[in-house]
Order: sequence, then structure tokens, then C-alpha cells
Amino acid sequence: MTIAPNRSTSLPARRELSNKPRLSDRVFRGVATGGGLSSLVILGLIFIFLANQGYQVLKSEGFGFITGSNWLVVQDNAGITDLAASEFGIAAMLVGTLLCATIAVIIAIPISVLCALYLTFYAPQVIKRIMVALIDLMAAFPSILFGMWGFFVLMPHAEYWARLLHKYFGWLPFFKMDVDIFERSPFVAGVVLATMIIPIITSISREIFSQTPLDRIQAAYALGSTRWAMIKAVVIPYGRSGVVGGAMLGLGRAMGETVAVYTVLNLVYQINWQVLIGAGGNMASMILLKFGEAGPTEIQALMAAGLALFILTLIVNSIANIIVSKTGSKGR
Amino acid sequence: MTNSTEKETTPSSLSSVAAAAASKKKQSTGAQGVGLEARGIHAWFGDKLVLEDISLDFWSGTVTALIGPSGCGKSTFIRTLNRMHEFIPGAAMAGEVLLNGRDVYESGTDVTKIRLKVGMVFQKPNPFPSMTIADNVLAGLKLAQLKVPNKDDLLEECLLRAGLWSEVKDRLSAYGGSLSGGQQQRLCIARSLAVRPEILLMDEPCSALDPGSTLRIEETISELSSSMTIIIVTHNMQQAARVSDYTGFFLSDGGPGQLVEVGATSDIFSRPKDIRTENYVTGRFG
Repeated sequence: MTIAPNRSTSLPARRELSNKPRLSDRVFRGVATGGGLSSLVILGLIFIFLANQGYQVLKSEGFGFITGSNWLVVQDNAGITDLAASEFGIAAMLVGTLLCATIAVIIAIPISVLCALYLTFYAPQVIKRIMVALIDLMAAFPSILFGMWGFFVLMPHAEYWARLLHKYFGWLPFFKMDVDIFERSPFVAGVVLATMIIPIITSISREIFSQTPLDRIQAAYALGSTRWAMIKAVVIPYGRSGVVGGAMLGLGRAMGETVAVYTVLNLVYQINWQVLIGAGGNMASMILLKFGEAGPTEIQALMAAGLALFILTLIVNSIANIIVSKTGSKGR
Repeated sequence: MTNSTEKETTPSSLSSVAAAAASKKKQSTGAQGVGLEARGIHAWFGDKLVLEDISLDFWSGTVTALIGPSGCGKSTFIRTLNRMHEFIPGAAMAGEVLLNGRDVYESGTDVTKIRLKVGMVFQKPNPFPSMTIADNVLAGLKLAQLKVPNKDDLLEECLLRAGLWSEVKDRLSAYGGSLSGGQQQRLCIARSLAVRPEILLMDEPCSALDPGSTLRIEETISELSSSMTIIIVTHNMQQAARVSDYTGFFLSDGGPGQLVEVGATSDIFSRPKDIRTENYVTGRFG
């Protein structure tokens, strides 16, 4: 009997590995697959609907739809919209959407991360329990309430902060002011959006921080680490990808937010990078604003705008996924 | 060698291992005095008393092994020595731990300074996966905000003392998680050494390792014992017999864990005073 394989003979063909699952397993597999595919199907149907509806306008406008900023509906005497003479451009709205959402995320991330760290590592049990419940409630709050609160309470304060920013950082191009209008600016909208997404990012960050492996935390403490040094060396590297993921979820919510932004932002059909001036853009709010009084052709243009928002969200989320997978592997 | 001794569990073989280990050391252990003193340690988890009245002296420059069946409080006991016990929610303690004559539980003590002097190696190797091998070894300096003149020298010295230098010297910038389990554990030992502790607690450091790695770590312990006090919890009696100068036997009769007997390792394994110790070291229970 030989134990060592004889290398001179050819190796056998690799066997096909098969498995015949039981009926219950196959049924569940079907149900789960159906559930998984349904979201994809719904997404696809929305995309097809928007593309189909917006096709006419997109064809007539061409690239001008995303590079132009005019929104002009020309009607003939019979009240029929003249598609060739009308202009539909959403560049200002696209830029405005990204601007407001970016401001929101920049404000929200540090606050959320600090809040999550406090809740995970510093807060006494009682405070922790109450705050976690409150934050989860806040995440599910109707956005119109944020909008109203933002309009009546936050805006006067945000205006003061905006003036401070302009006074001390006015030399930065995006804090420049050409006219003295501080109300209803992208900055104010960004602050309101930040209050909306802080609970989301906090919730996700807290979840991931609390999963930090205990043996690593203990390893740091056993080396004479302070709590802050332990957080920096162990918790942040472990939770980084989760925080980025939460921030991207917040970014997505901020980009798609309609009502809250509608109440606190001046929609102006001109690209504006100066975040403190009361002139901004937001895709979702624009669609809401125009929808009520739009004729059939303008509706089609709004559908095309919806398609653009859809694709923008898709692009941002894909970038987010790449970032998460890049930051994820290290520190885990 | 590891395999052959581990197969035999007769009392004579154990005591002979202990005697051989003792003669090898030839009283060379630099017992210069008591480095760490536990006085009347009690420990609770919530309402449950898990340790009752443990008093033990640990002599400088010696290795003390703590043996006993699972759940008898050995790990809890050594975690009270560097104040890691209090991390567990609901954990409480009574008694004193004197480090160079000063109670580590004295109010106003900076806990981080205690843990710098009393280092710890855990049961499961736990290197920081986001750090390279070199950064792992030097992690303590950053975490405790210590300054050293020459980091490279310290890195090499710690890895040499932990018996890992020759295996990793060419890949110091690889991640700590890329090492094998035994190497990771030695990396963790090197990491503990970098902050220059006076005392090293080892909580079953070899229980997750293969015999070869275990042997390497036991050699490391022997080399370290000349310069520091080591307290090792182990389930492996052969290991206790091989590496330690003193052995303490813990036991719980369903209630809190107690220290049954402590003495020179050769005595504990060859002529224990307590019948329960004898039953345990001869393998009649546990």
C-alpha cells in the first residue's frame, strides 16, 4: 500500500459538486429570490417609466438639458406648448442638489460621529437608552416638520451664522457675497438637511462602533491606553467604513429631500456656487414646485428631470459603494 | 518533546518535569522581593461572588502559574491585578493589590499608568488588524503617549525578546493579521513588552495554539522571566510544571473560587499538601 501519491500518473478529472436540496429549502430559495428581485424590478420599472415619459423632451433638448439652466415654457395661441421653442435645462438644479446635500453631510458627519462615540463609550446607561430611542424617532420624523421648524426657528439663526461665515471666511470663493441676501440660501437648506440626516448617520455609526471587537478594545486598554487613544486606534479604524456608509445614506436622503428644502430654499434658475446667497437649486423641490401647474409637455420635462435625479442618485451611491469597499478591508 | 510529555499524565512524570525545570533554573530566579501583592481579593459579577479572599505574593523575577478547573476564577483574579476586571458591566471587587507597596485601587490612581506597569497577554491573539507588524509592536507607545529615543531599536529588541524577530524582520510593514496564530500571539507579547512593564499577566496564552507555537512561547516566557515578573493562567499542567517557579491552585466547589494551595512548583506537583490539589494534579478530576 502506498500513501504518497504517484505523481507520474495523470490526475483524475475534477468531480462536479452537486447538491439536491429538500423541497422546503427549494421553496424558501424561490421566495427569497423573488423578494430579492422585486426591488430590482421596481427600480427598473421606475427607470423605464421615467425614460419613456421624458424621452421627447430629452431628444429635443439634447445635452442642453443638463448643461442649460433656463426653464422656459413657450405656448402658441391655442395653448399648445411649442417644444422646439421651449427651453428646459436643469444644470442649476443639479448643482444646487449636490451643493445642499454636500453642505448637509459636511455639517452632519462630525456631529453624528461625536454623538455616536458619546453614546457608545461615555454615556451612562439611562441617558444612552433615552437618547437612542429619541434618535431613532428623529430618523423617522416627517420631513415637513423639519422644514417648518427650519423655516421659523432655524433660519433666523442660520442667517446669523451665515453672516459670521461671510465676515471671517468671505475670502473663500464659495463664501463670497455679491448681494446682501442671506435668507433661503443653500447654506440654510444644508443646515436643515443636516438636522434631518444627523439621526441617520448617528444611528448607523453607533451600531458599528458598538460592534468593535472587545478583544481589541481590551488589548488597547491593557497597553495603558486612554479612552480617547483607544477610540482613535481601534474604534475609528473599525467603524470607518460604516460611518462612510451611513454618510452616504444620509447624502442620498439629502439629495432626494423635497418638502423640507422647498420651505427653506429660493429656487433660482442660475448656477450658483456661492452657498450663502439666497439662490439655490434642488431637483426634487423644483419638480414639486412645477408639477401642479404644468401642461403635458412640461410634465414630460419634469419626468426627464426625475430621470436625471434618478441617475445622479445612482452615480453617487455607486461612488459611495466604491469608497466603502475601499475603506472597508483595512481595520477589520 | 512537547508531545511526549503531554501524553503522560502520571504524577511521577509531572513532578519530574517540575523538578527538571527547577534544577534547570538552579535557583537563578532573581527573587529580589515582592513585586505584586494581592491582599484579600474578592470579586463579584452583579450579585454573584466569584472569588473569595485570595491573597498571593508574586516575587520579582519569577514565573507564577495559576492552575485549576474552568470557572474557578483564575482569569478573573489576574484581571483584578491590572484593573481590567472593572470593564465587565456589573463587576465589583474588594481587597487590595499592592504594586511596589502602593494599592492600585487607591482613589486618585491613573488606571492607565497601572496597566503600563502590569501588562497583559490574552487568551486569543488580538493584534490590531489595521496596523502593520511594526506599528502593532509600537502601538503601546502611541496609545499611552510615551516617547522613546529610538523606535527601531525598541522594535527589534521587543521582537527578539518575544522570539519573533527572525520570522518577521523582512516583512515588518505587513499587516499583523497576516501572521499565523502562534506568531500573532508572540506579536502580542512583543507589543506588551514595548511599554516596558514590570509585570506580565498571561491569560491562557497558548490555549488557542498548536504544540510547536506553544513551545516557542514557553521558551519566550523562560527568557523573559529573568527580567520581569510573570503570572500565567494555564489549563495545561505540563505547561505550569515546565515554565513556572511557583504554582497556585484555584478551585471552586460550586461557590466562589478559592486559592487552595500555593507553593514552589516542584512541591505542588510532587508533594502537595492538600488532597484536592493532589487529586487535580494527578488528573483524578478537572
